[in-house]
Amino acid sequence: MYYSKITATGACVPDMIVTNDDLAKIVDTNDEWISSRSGIKRRHFSKGENTSDIAAGVAKELIKKASVDPLDIDLIIVASVSADYTTPSTACLVQGIIGAQNAVAFDIGAACSGFIFGLSIADKYIKSGIYKNAIVIGAEVLSKYLDFEDRGTCVLFGDGAAGVFVERTEERIGLLAEEMGSDGAKGMALTAGHSPAGNAFNDTSRQAKREIYMDGRAIFDFATRTVPKSVKRLMEKAEVTADDLDFVLPHQANSRIVEIISRKLKIPMDKFYMNMDKYGNTSSASIPIALNEMVEKGIIKVGSVGVLTGFGAGLTWGSMLIKF
Amino acid sequence: MFERIREIIADQTGKDADEITMETNVKTDLEADSLDLFQIINDIEDEFDVKIENVEGIETVGDVVKLVESSKE
Repeated sequence: MYYSKITATGACVPDMIVTNDDLAKIVDTNDEWISSRSGIKRRHFSKGENTSDIAAGVAKELIKKASVDPLDIDLIIVASVSADYTTPSTACLVQGIIGAQNAVAFDIGAACSGFIFGLSIADKYIKSGIYKNAIVIGAEVLSKYLDFEDRGTCVLFGDGAAGVFVERTEERIGLLAEEMGSDGAKGMALTAGHSPAGNAFNDTSRQAKREIYMDGRAIFDFATRTVPKSVKRLMEKAEVTADDLDFVLPHQANSRIVEIISRKLKIPMDKFYMNMDKYGNTSSASIPIALNEMVEKGIIKVGSVGVLTGFGAGLTWGSMLIKF
Repeated sequence: MFERIREIIADQTGKDADEITMETNVKTDLEADSLDLFQIINDIEDEFDVKIENVEGIETVGDVVKLVESSKE
């Protein structure tokens, strides 16, 4: 039996840092309001770099860290809701930039759960024996979808990209169990990039709602109810208890939501990793950015066991048990 | 019902349940922000097995009690 082992992590974020105080200059808000409700203090915003640029930055770092020849890469999956183009996919743009001519490349869209969904897909290709390795990246330039007159949402999101290189192994390591789900009936609670079906023969005057819209209560309700259940189901499936876990890495949407998840799961907060103070909510990139930081800080070491849990628009969610 | 709602609110806001009355203002007296209120409403929904749709316009603890009563009907 094959397993998917994470052999490298990498991240790439735009250089420009925007603090809560910077935002308070252009929208009616303040640092206390933002940080007490979300845990966010600053975020990175693009200065022109697009999603494929930062995704390619991640891919280059993964190639270097994993010492892999780009021609030996089998699969490139980019999870994103803020691609440069509808087509070509961001994954194909990345493939072109890094010269991974022998890879299959495609994007997936599952918003803040996107990295988990992408990793799950890569794992199936590896488990089935079809491919021996994959690059999985979450990459977002969400700032292009922000309404800077909506103080309830524009302060929450940031730009960034990160990912992993996974390789086939026969050792029982890497992705050990997963639990995923979707609830499309509640999809309108969090939307972005609306593209109405106008053409030369019908009324094109309908306004597209391009910017991020969020029904705060509906999303809060979803995150605080569904995520604990998902993690619980995962832990039951994998027959692990809180004591077996070295860390829980949740999607970095909101520290208050993470505290509620911790309380409901009865897993102490010191096992939950958070870095939304520095990056805001970077959707599909949030989990891999934090994962890379944990590896770099030595929090995740060889043998570490933990849970990744993503949740977001769609609505979608996904939890994974991983061993390093 | 008020007693149980009061306990839930006290638990979420860290205030003394005895100090909470129907007239207590959620924002100014309890210093609860929107996320505290969301969590209070979720806990109440679970406790009373009701679905509370509209939380806009809640100002006092009495408003919360009225919402729960109308949701039970």
